[in-house]
Amino acid sequence: MMEVLIFATLNGLVTGLLLFMLASGLTLIFSMMGVLNFAHASFYMLGAYFAYSISLYTGFWPALIFAPILVGALGALVERYGLRRVHKSGHVAELVFTFGLAFLIEEAVQFFWGRATKSYRSPDILDFPLFTLFGQNFPAYKAFMIFISIGIFIGLYFVLTRTRIGIIIQAAITHPNTVANLGHNVPLIFMGAFGVGSGLAGLAGVIAGPVLTTFPGMATVLGSIVFVIVVIGGLGSLAGALVASLLIGLLQSYAIASNVGMPDLLNLLGVSFERDHPLNDIWRLTLPQIAPIMPFLLLVIVLIFRPSGLFGKRES
Amino acid sequence: MNILKRFVQPGHTIRRAAMLCGLLVPAAVFAQDPIKIAFIDPQSGTFAATGESGYLVLDFAADYFFNDKEGVLGGRKFEIIALDNKGSAADSQLQLRRAISEGIQIVFSGNGSAVASALSTAIERHNRRNPDQQVLFINYAAVDPVLTGADCNFWHFRFDAHSDMKMEAMTDHIAKDPNITKVYIIGQDYSFGTAVGDAAISMLAAKRPDIEIVGNELHPIGQVKDFTPYITKIVSSGANAVITGNWGADMVSLGRGIIDAGLDVPIYTFYAAYDGITATLGEEGKNRIRLVHNDHANPITSEVRRDFTKAYKAAHPNKDVTQPRLVNALMMLAAAMEKSGSTQPYDIALAMEDMRITTMSGEEIWMRGDDHQIFQDLNISVHTDENIEFDSDNSGFGLYTEFVVPMAETITQNNSCQMVRPKQ
Amino acid sequence: MRKAIIWILFAIVLIVLPLIFDSILSISIFNQMCIAIVFALSYNMLLGQGGMLSFGHAVYFGLGGFMAVHALMKIEYEEMYFSVTFIPLIGGVFGLLAAAFIGSFSTHKAGTVFAMISLGVGELIAASSLILVSFFGGEAGVSGDRTYGPTFFGYDFAQDIQVYYFAAAWMFVATFFMYLFTRTPAGRMANAVRDNAERAEFIGYSARRVRFISFMMAGFFAGIAGGLFAMNYEILTEENLNAATSGRVLLMAYIGGLGFFIGPIVGAVVLTLINSLLSNYTDLWLLYLGIMFLLTVMFLPRGLTGFLMMHTVPWQLGKLRTLAIPYTLTAIPSAVFLLSILAMLEMGHSMDSDFSFFGVALNPASYGSWIGLIIISSAAFFALRLTLPRLRSAWAEANTLPAVVSETVTTEGQQ
Repeated sequence: MMEVLIFATLNGLVTGLLLFMLASGLTLIFSMMGVLNFAHASFYMLGAYFAYSISLYTGFWPALIFAPILVGALGALVERYGLRRVHKSGHVAELVFTFGLAFLIEEAVQFFWGRATKSYRSPDILDFPLFTLFGQNFPAYKAFMIFISIGIFIGLYFVLTRTRIGIIIQAAITHPNTVANLGHNVPLIFMGAFGVGSGLAGLAGVIAGPVLTTFPGMATVLGSIVFVIVVIGGLGSLAGALVASLLIGLLQSYAIASNVGMPDLLNLLGVSFERDHPLNDIWRLTLPQIAPIMPFLLLVIVLIFRPSGLFGKRES
Repeated sequence: MNILKRFVQPGHTIRRAAMLCGLLVPAAVFAQDPIKIAFIDPQSGTFAATGESGYLVLDFAADYFFNDKEGVLGGRKFEIIALDNKGSAADSQLQLRRAISEGIQIVFSGNGSAVASALSTAIERHNRRNPDQQVLFINYAAVDPVLTGADCNFWHFRFDAHSDMKMEAMTDHIAKDPNITKVYIIGQDYSFGTAVGDAAISMLAAKRPDIEIVGNELHPIGQVKDFTPYITKIVSSGANAVITGNWGADMVSLGRGIIDAGLDVPIYTFYAAYDGITATLGEEGKNRIRLVHNDHANPITSEVRRDFTKAYKAAHPNKDVTQPRLVNALMMLAAAMEKSGSTQPYDIALAMEDMRITTMSGEEIWMRGDDHQIFQDLNISVHTDENIEFDSDNSGFGLYTEFVVPMAETITQNNSCQMVRPKQ
Repeated sequence: MRKAIIWILFAIVLIVLPLIFDSILSISIFNQMCIAIVFALSYNMLLGQGGMLSFGHAVYFGLGGFMAVHALMKIEYEEMYFSVTFIPLIGGVFGLLAAAFIGSFSTHKAGTVFAMISLGVGELIAASSLILVSFFGGEAGVSGDRTYGPTFFGYDFAQDIQVYYFAAAWMFVATFFMYLFTRTPAGRMANAVRDNAERAEFIGYSARRVRFISFMMAGFFAGIAGGLFAMNYEILTEENLNAATSGRVLLMAYIGGLGFFIGPIVGAVVLTLINSLLSNYTDLWLLYLGIMFLLTVMFLPRGLTGFLMMHTVPWQLGKLRTLAIPYTLTAIPSAVFLLSILAMLEMGHSMDSDFSFFGVALNPASYGSWIGLIIISSAAFFALRLTLPRLRSAWAEANTLPAVVSETVTTEGQQ
């Protein structure tokens, strides 16, 4: 049982930190521009695909640098020529725009790279088990993922709190007009933030692609979860995003690792039902079965009781 | 352009018949018109890769075996029309109606038991309500046993072994391996995943009572980002074989996860090949991934098959002959047309009952009349790069037949099908 | 009076349509349209009229539909005895109940909170539908047969054409009631709360209550659409209540135009046509749909209907004719530009050596075709830009009032 617990924790950490890389960019964009970017996970997918194509020519390491930059540049372009145009039609239009963008990017990926799964692989140099515990390997690549994610968090935190540009960004979040009056170019800051946020998502895609398989549906699988994290953590809160990411990563991981379910609960209560009971499906539910929908359950509960999220300071 | 071509993996266009006037004019049928076949499968969306591969094989086979030779029924040709059902039951019905308004009377479909079951019901109803416009349903891939079981009907013919038959073959192979003592079953949480688990448990209990089932896990279909938590459970259960019915991205992620965790056990699968899966599993999957299917991909069992595969690869270098049973279905269809001298679904259906033909791989297949289930050799193949003449995904890796269950041994009793044969 | 004529015309069109286009395919497309129209209109009650952005509207459509199929099965097994004509009502009532339950906690707030709850609830219900097999039938769904039970004046709904008149009648009635709803105080207050919840509260209305009422009504009509779907397809599956269906209805309402009552109708008709016809000509139809959607959001924020409605002022001023020439001048290069882009996309996708586009033979393997298309498209793009100033000034001119009339001209039908 011990090994299950340890590995569940490690897995939860890897997933949680990966989700954080996505959520950090999303929350940054949201707090500045008030836009919940539906296409955020699509930039993550683009990161993986760009890295795949680049790595065919140069190998993994240059791809790690260039793919996120490309994705970031693309994000900045989307902000400049798409979102900014839609901005004047209101928030719903912006949301709907990113919704359509997500749809379009998925189709474009299928157009350029086809529909089959791509064999995008982790670099050979990291292709060894870091340690073996109870007969199970912990791949070095996963440690690398943890390392990068923590690095990103520290870097972001440092930039936002300790540098001049970070202070301007923070000011632009709360008082965009005042910042503009002080002579800062707010639209440029927005474009930069959108670009950096997309780039972070791209980076997450680059490092997640080899582990979580690179296929056209990879954005859809993650897309709504990232939303859930940002909302649970509190819109616009970086710390909240980190806590919520780890919470969801670990929660899912533990739920899958567990073997309990309704049958156990019923046994405990001494109740039993016939197999043809109309609610038989519910009596047979197990925790691993519902693990992937738990984030959504959490989302609805948090929103009902604390609409501003765990760490949020404002509602929308 | 070359940059585009190199950078981007080329997709394949599907030449669609111009159906411009389809909205207005019901097609009149003439004796020398081509025999139209509607191929209702996903051509866009998540599952498009499989539908696209299937269409290319069927279309190529129609040209290769019939249209470029003497045709059927004295020179008539087959025309395959791909209709995109987007993997959805509702869109399949729309496409069925489109096919009917085009005067098409033969429908091929297969991806997804939900779609096949919806189509089977819809076609049965349509034929009952419109006896003058009947339609024949060739199911080439949907494996839910119920389609030739309790839900069987006269118009539905299945050209793939159903999941219980495949599981029989798989468990036969497992039973022969004395090293396997603990089996872990993991599948997608829907009827097929559940059926695979139930069948594996009952069959292993009968064949090898000493094998312990150390896990029977269901995960939500297409929702799992990272399989590592599941793999941790597999490892800690001490399993020395894994059975899974997973397909698509769920198959790839599971396979890669098991490999990455360093778990060196055989993985018995239904769908771990082609459309990028073989390439992704690559070197690490060698001799670990096993697949139950009805194809003789390697070694090639007949010259006809070798020539066909070569010609196909020449026409579609990036594609593989993924589902040769499509060719079997087309051949039996043609044979039934010749036998009955008719293209009417009712006549073809009667002729196909209890028909036996020899496939391009040189094996005999039999369409049982009682439930319209095909019987053929079932093979367990292994993912390897040794002795591979035709690889998959141009990866150097392919499927090599390890174990064959001859056709006669795959025949099982079926008492659940109460087929009603309509009067004509 | 003018409105009565519009409704009568609408009814006549519905009656005559299947007589003109009478193939099996066109009838089933019309059936689809009827369902889509009711569904899209019900969505507009939320987003267009109530200002609530929902990402989970398919839940009520699907739940209503599933209940309707279960009712069909009950009729088939003779556990209930009534005409299947009333099946959509069952769907509607169940949609209403589901909306009443979910709305009781989700309509506290509008905006992002509401949108996120709807997303979460949508994902939850879609995922549970695969787990709760006895009601939802797993991934195979549940299916019924609509031909059982007492016949409706001799109609047994075996033929699609009967289903069409049935669906069209229901659609007409539902559309009529949804229109009436916009005229009731509740419908008016929904608009008020959408525009400014605070002010609505000041005059004594609970914004939450108003939203709740709109939400329930939207659920009711979505359920009716679900019931119509059940009658038409006789099967419901998980996909009918998942995020893709929710997304599609958002697309329909938005492309059609949110601010207008007929907007979602236009969107439903256009998208159904694209969905069922375009996919036969090209594999890339989803890509085109995505591009079209983005272009609509960017350039026609008020949708296709909004674009048409922009012309009411020139029309009332009698200046529509002055726009004809500038429009044509812009349309020609835009068409060339779009076609050449399309040709490049299709050619890039095809890789076939005997590729032809609208009868023009092109060779994807040769540089000639590509360079030619690039030259054509960039030339067309520059020509397009050259014509724009003229169009702009013509547009400004056409919208300039001759003298005093000024602000009184408002766009009819806008809410």
